[in-house]
Amino acid sequence: MSERDASGGIDLHIQQVRRFRLQDVLFHYSTQLFAFVVLAALLGILVSLTIEAWPSFQAFGLSFLWTNVWSVPDDQYGALAAIYGTVVTSVIALVLAVPISFGIALFLTETCPVWLRRPLGTAIELLAGVPSIVYGIWGLFIFAPLFAEHIQPPLQAALGDVPVIGGWFAGPPIGVGILTASIVLALMVIPFIASVMRDVFETVPDVLKESAYGMGCTTWEVVRNIVLPYTRVGVIGGIMLGLGRALGETMAVTFVIGNANRIVGSLFAPGTSIASTLANEFGEADPGLHIASLFALGLILFVISFVVLAISRWLISRSMGSEGL
Amino acid sequence: MPDQKPPVIENAVLQVRDLDFFYGDFRGLKNVSLDVAHKKVTAFIGPSGCGKSTLLRTFNRMYDLYPGQRAEGQILFHGKNLLDKSQDVNLVRAKIGMVFQKPTPFPMTIYENIAFGVRLYERMSKSEMDDRVEWALNKAALWGEVKDKLNQSGLSLSGGQQQRLCIARAVAVRPEIVLLDEPTSALDPISTAKIEELINELKSDYTIAIVTHNMQQAARISDYTAFMYLGELVEFNETGTIFMRPGKKQTEDYITGRFG
Repeated sequence: MSERDASGGIDLHIQQVRRFRLQDVLFHYSTQLFAFVVLAALLGILVSLTIEAWPSFQAFGLSFLWTNVWSVPDDQYGALAAIYGTVVTSVIALVLAVPISFGIALFLTETCPVWLRRPLGTAIELLAGVPSIVYGIWGLFIFAPLFAEHIQPPLQAALGDVPVIGGWFAGPPIGVGILTASIVLALMVIPFIASVMRDVFETVPDVLKESAYGMGCTTWEVVRNIVLPYTRVGVIGGIMLGLGRALGETMAVTFVIGNANRIVGSLFAPGTSIASTLANEFGEADPGLHIASLFALGLILFVISFVVLAISRWLISRSMGSEGL
Repeated sequence: MPDQKPPVIENAVLQVRDLDFFYGDFRGLKNVSLDVAHKKVTAFIGPSGCGKSTLLRTFNRMYDLYPGQRAEGQILFHGKNLLDKSQDVNLVRAKIGMVFQKPTPFPMTIYENIAFGVRLYERMSKSEMDDRVEWALNKAALWGEVKDKLNQSGLSLSGGQQQRLCIARAVAVRPEIVLLDEPTSALDPISTAKIEELINELKSDYTIAIVTHNMQQAARISDYTAFMYLGELVEFNETGTIFMRPGKKQTEDYITGRFG
């Protein structure tokens, strides 16, 4: 090989390295750009919500948050009823959905016969794919009447006289209301929570479970002492995913919550949620305080979701710290 | 080749008789019979897939966890067949503890790793539990290394320490038999030496059955050795006899490294 050829080869090599380096840099910046788009969108939503909501906050101040008024004719608005409905339906939905999801996930990973595992798992994933409007019409036309006729009266008879919680079941059994919305929401979040729980339960190494079984643990003892601590982070994550979905769910809730802008102690009574108020009123809202108050509701929902996420992160990091996992 | 007589074991804790094991249709153990002697170390050696771990896992019915796996035959423990459906598996596993190939500390503190198993079977005060934890960790020659960090996670220990924690956990419930399934195969030589030393001490109180890939290990620590091949028990005898004067050609080939 001549000297010229060799040095030419080296030049080529250097050029190639430069080109690769350039590609690396380009790749780095383009992916960074994509990531920043997410941040920009988040910030943009936050800023535009705040700007649009500003007139409402100017008119009502922070007391918008705890004022229980929603009157279009008087142009007086307060978010309390909607916040109450959102939080109460979501919390009841979780109280119902978490134990059921936990049971489903445990059955699927620990005790289900092998042949049933796949079909059952698929069915649960399909349930997660049902559009929320379908849950809504089912809830309104099928579930609510059945609920009013067959579940509310006995519930009232059994629990209506119990002190404190008796009031939750007072009032006429009309089907739609806070409790109905909560139950439909629970049905909607169960597939999410259950499939996350199942996935994280499956990550527990067999040999760890065998060790516990090897000490003579029962299935329940293994689940309580090994599977749950091992998967705690994922389980909390799954529950928060469900909560996030329940807080923001719109269509199904709008159908069955009753859409009454007030707070009544009874869970049988109609109520409203932030998302369903927005869905109901945006169409015919007049520019001015009404629209601004709706934007303010949107901002509040945004903040609630954000706080839920932050709390879950904090719970996760705290529990990881304490066990040294 | 001398035709060796099988060993005479007077006080067997486990009497395995005509044991067959199936993974679905595959027969993983064929007609295995042997005795595991009281307070002795019995080693199971053989090439991968010979059934030695399978055999060990029948002793505490671990295979029960997996559908499609089943055992036929007899394993007598205190005169009762372990394989009987009526046998309480949890009680069996309290009497026959197990330590696995990889260290498997539970996701809890070092203290709780030990106390957890004890609490399954015994009610005791906090101070009694403290004593039991210290006793078990001492048995596993780990107390000195962990006594100041009992509240740290078991996962914070080194691999060798984790394995000794698992041994401590197994002896803490005071079993009669401890099953060790290749307990040192994931460990460095120093940790391995510590565990071998530990096994030597434990056999004054417990019956030990150990599966190992390492023939020198079997020779060093066991009193009896079973050589298995393709699901069959080829030869079972006192360890000295197996390694010095094996009765079967296959055994000799394996221990001299001609196959396996």
